[in-house]
Amino acid sequence: MPAFAFTHCAMDTAALAAQLADPACGGYAAFEGWVRDSHEGVRVRRLEYEAFETLALREGERIVSEAIARFGVSHAGCVHRLGDLAVGELAVWVGVSAPHRDEAFRACRFIIDEIKQRLPIWKKEHYVGGDSGWVNCERCATATSGDAAAHEHS
Amino acid sequence: MNAVAAARNASAPPLYGLLLAGGRSSRMGQDKAALTYGDGPPQLQRAMALLAAHVLRAYVSVRPDQAGDPLRARFAQIVDTQANVGPIAGLLAAQAQHPQVAWLVVACDLPLLDAPTLAHLVAARATARIATAYRSSHDGLPEPLCAIYEPGSRAPLARYVEAGRNCPRKFLAQSDTLLLAEPNPRALDNINTPTEYSAVMSQVSTPKKISVQYYALLREQAGRREEALATSAATPAELYAELAKRYPFTLSAAALRVAINNEFRDWATPLADGDAVVFIPPVAGG
Repeated sequence: MPAFAFTHCAMDTAALAAQLADPACGGYAAFEGWVRDSHEGVRVRRLEYEAFETLALREGERIVSEAIARFGVSHAGCVHRLGDLAVGELAVWVGVSAPHRDEAFRACRFIIDEIKQRLPIWKKEHYVGGDSGWVNCERCATATSGDAAAHEHS
Repeated sequence: MNAVAAARNASAPPLYGLLLAGGRSSRMGQDKAALTYGDGPPQLQRAMALLAAHVLRAYVSVRPDQAGDPLRARFAQIVDTQANVGPIAGLLAAQAQHPQVAWLVVACDLPLLDAPTLAHLVAARATARIATAYRSSHDGLPEPLCAIYEPGSRAPLARYVEAGRNCPRKFLAQSDTLLLAEPNPRALDNINTPTEYSAVMSQVSTPKKISVQYYALLREQAGRREEALATSAATPAELYAELAKRYPFTLSAAALRVAINNEFRDWATPLADGDAVVFIPPVAGG
């Protein structure tokens, strides 16, 4: 599997996990990010994800390589959804396999944290009332006059 | 030389020109005399044309090993006779060959040097003094490599070098030098590194063709996914400022990152013709 990929379709997490299987690995850790039904108290109806794919693919592969080098895990991968997603759908999957659980957990955490910070991916929320907004760009930009990237969301 | 200056200096020593092109260009990594700007000729050729218009005769100053270089061989040359004394070597050799003339010395790494700057220097020339030079707009010191050295400078300059000194700026600072304000404060900016070269390139070259892709909020506010532009913006920071006048962008540049040709880059990176630029709003993956 590629270290990092985008998909416009629902993911089969069992199939993704199977690609990390290795008789030398005794630990597998995964993170799944799901579409939540609210954001800062506002009811969310659905989400739209958009990416600058060329750069995001490169940067995503770098993050996974960094995790493998840094934590010494055996295999790691990440898939991110793009397009329209409904509440409850899987938006991002990270999986890591390693001889032991500790490095698998740590590498998994590292990958999702870096993905959220570094990849040029944007999320537009459509709210129950009919409004919509680009997360980190609009409501926060007006509230804090520009320093939107400092906010931690989901 | 213009008519007014010629008349005023009728009794003065004739003015010859010396283009210093004997540097080693070590920080640039390539011969600075051969650099081009925009669609213009190599810098040496450009500077010689500028210089020749203000003097009776113009020479290129070269090290002995540069005499056969095709770029330099097409002009009258004066070959250095002393090594390891820096740019002063060129002037010493010129004064030895023609001791009765004044020398308008110009370095060849001044891509923004213009005719008004040379014309003003020649017109304001003080023939009774050791030299006429500009006061640097950066540090207030004399600019020795766009200056006129009168015949009277020859003996003190020779003594200065014999005393083991070779900084022409300090020589002018301690001599009877007329210092002038620069008509164009950028005209004497010299370039020594590839970064300085790119910065000047972007100023003098013709508009660049740049493609811009927009994502997320910027895509909605620009009303398009991409466009091809002709711009004279030197950096992505200047380009964003230009676009922000055209589109109702609400994000300040401080909130964005920028990618050029699919890699994150600094906002001050010089833009080149054909670059693909993406402005990256605050991200929200995961």
